[in-house]
Amino acid sequence: MTENKIPVGPFHPLLEEAEYFELKVEGEMVVDIDMEIGWMHRGHEFISESKAFTQSIYLVERICGICSTSHPLACVHAIEDIDNIEIPMRARYIRTLIGELERVHSHLLWLGLAGHFIGYDTLWMWAWKYREPVLEMFEAISGNRNHYGMMRVGGVAKDVESEKIPHLLQILDEIDRKMEMIAKAAHDDPVLKSRLKGVGVLKKADAIAYCAVGPTARASGLAIDVRKDEPSDAYDLVDFNIVVLPNGDVYDKLVVRLLEIIESNKIIRQCLEQLKTVPGPILNNVKEITPGEGIGRYEAPRGEVFHYIKSDGTNRPVRHKVRAPSYVNIPTFMASCKGIPVADALITLAAVDPCYCCTERALRVVNAGSEHLDLLALSRAKTEQLRREIYGK
Amino acid sequence: MGWYKRRLAKSLWVFHVSGSPCNNCDIEILDLLTPKYDVERFGIKLVGSVRHADVLLVTGVFNQKIAPRIKRIYEQAPKPIFVVAIGTCTSGTCCFKDSYNIVPDREAVIPIDVYVPGCPPKPEAMIEAVAKLIGVLNG
Repeated sequence: MTENKIPVGPFHPLLEEAEYFELKVEGEMVVDIDMEIGWMHRGHEFISESKAFTQSIYLVERICGICSTSHPLACVHAIEDIDNIEIPMRARYIRTLIGELERVHSHLLWLGLAGHFIGYDTLWMWAWKYREPVLEMFEAISGNRNHYGMMRVGGVAKDVESEKIPHLLQILDEIDRKMEMIAKAAHDDPVLKSRLKGVGVLKKADAIAYCAVGPTARASGLAIDVRKDEPSDAYDLVDFNIVVLPNGDVYDKLVVRLLEIIESNKIIRQCLEQLKTVPGPILNNVKEITPGEGIGRYEAPRGEVFHYIKSDGTNRPVRHKVRAPSYVNIPTFMASCKGIPVADALITLAAVDPCYCCTERALRVVNAGSEHLDLLALSRAKTEQLRREIYGK
Repeated sequence: MGWYKRRLAKSLWVFHVSGSPCNNCDIEILDLLTPKYDVERFGIKLVGSVRHADVLLVTGVFNQKIAPRIKRIYEQAPKPIFVVAIGTCTSGTCCFKDSYNIVPDREAVIPIDVYVPGCPPKPEAMIEAVAKLIGVLNG
């Protein structure tokens, strides 16, 4: 049987970002998958090295628009790690509040897109309709619907004024009610269940082998969550559970995200209640960063995001390394996409909530306009040429 | 040409191209379709192929790899087509001016008719841009 390939992308009606997949199929079944990325690479790590620390935070926020507080948060964690900078209690709660609000909006966004991918547009419209109040909360707190610009080294940029909090709690109540409704509807829906149950299974062993993180790992029975494993900010001060499900199929990934939204709402409520009473400044004045290295971790909506910063005592990083969660989640396609029908492949690809803007941090130049340079061969050729010139042969 | 433009001005179908953005503008474009903004009531519809489109919504600061593809998409589009640049990245360069991998002059890749700056622009701003385009087309 001849091998057939189905190209998907780089511009495909169903893909938000430009990426290219090549599905090798035998009949209906996907036997192998290959992908090409690089359409989103903008060279953040390089630009960051020419920017001051405060500007770097602005820059890494633009790595990804969906998890646009995870990167700044991991970045400030890394910078604070160099000098063990303490941050004020009120700032810790505000950071956690922003981070969790972002998780709610990101998971709802994924839920909507997942509904769209399986031809269930009602779910899309619902999820995105109830995502709007979350963006309203962001607008009330930070002044922008996305790209909040809240993180600073040593604290946060803006305070959540106490007169806003009753209004925010009111919106949160509404979101809570809607979330319970969506969770219940998704749980009871026979179509959704039969469409997604047992599709694109990522076994626990595969999740470990591919180092999956975030909801992808937690839906495969791996209880890893940076918020619990290495709590920073206010995560050790609030009460929440991490959601772990055993099956590893797309349905479990959906349920993990739905339940995480409800857990996040619990954290947001606790933070807002605390912000009513916790006094104090929101920003410690940090004069300079001493030479050293620091790492920052944060549990983004898609999994652990990791930043490494090396400082030489000036106001800009010498090296800034970013590893986004999708970077390790995307290779799990190799395990989850093989042996499933083509019709299920797309939702399986979408199920890890891949973010290519986050992933594409490095660039490999292959044969860019010149031939492969073998120094040894070049050196020997020159000797040979000289030998011929000297001996005339 | 006049009748053609007037016909276009009734209901614009848009196609969305992401040229190395941070996804935020793309998400806000999708947000336009959902119940809060619901641009389909103005006849603006997101289509799956550029061959059906009257307006091209472009986001992001184009990188070296994607620029030829964007050019090709523009060439595939039936003319006249109107290009709306969404976001500060396409309008200016946002914070990517010093990058080694971006195309410095996006106008050289495709001609851009309308600029909507903002990081990301609010959905209202995008609607206004397309509404203004309709106004210009109607003369």
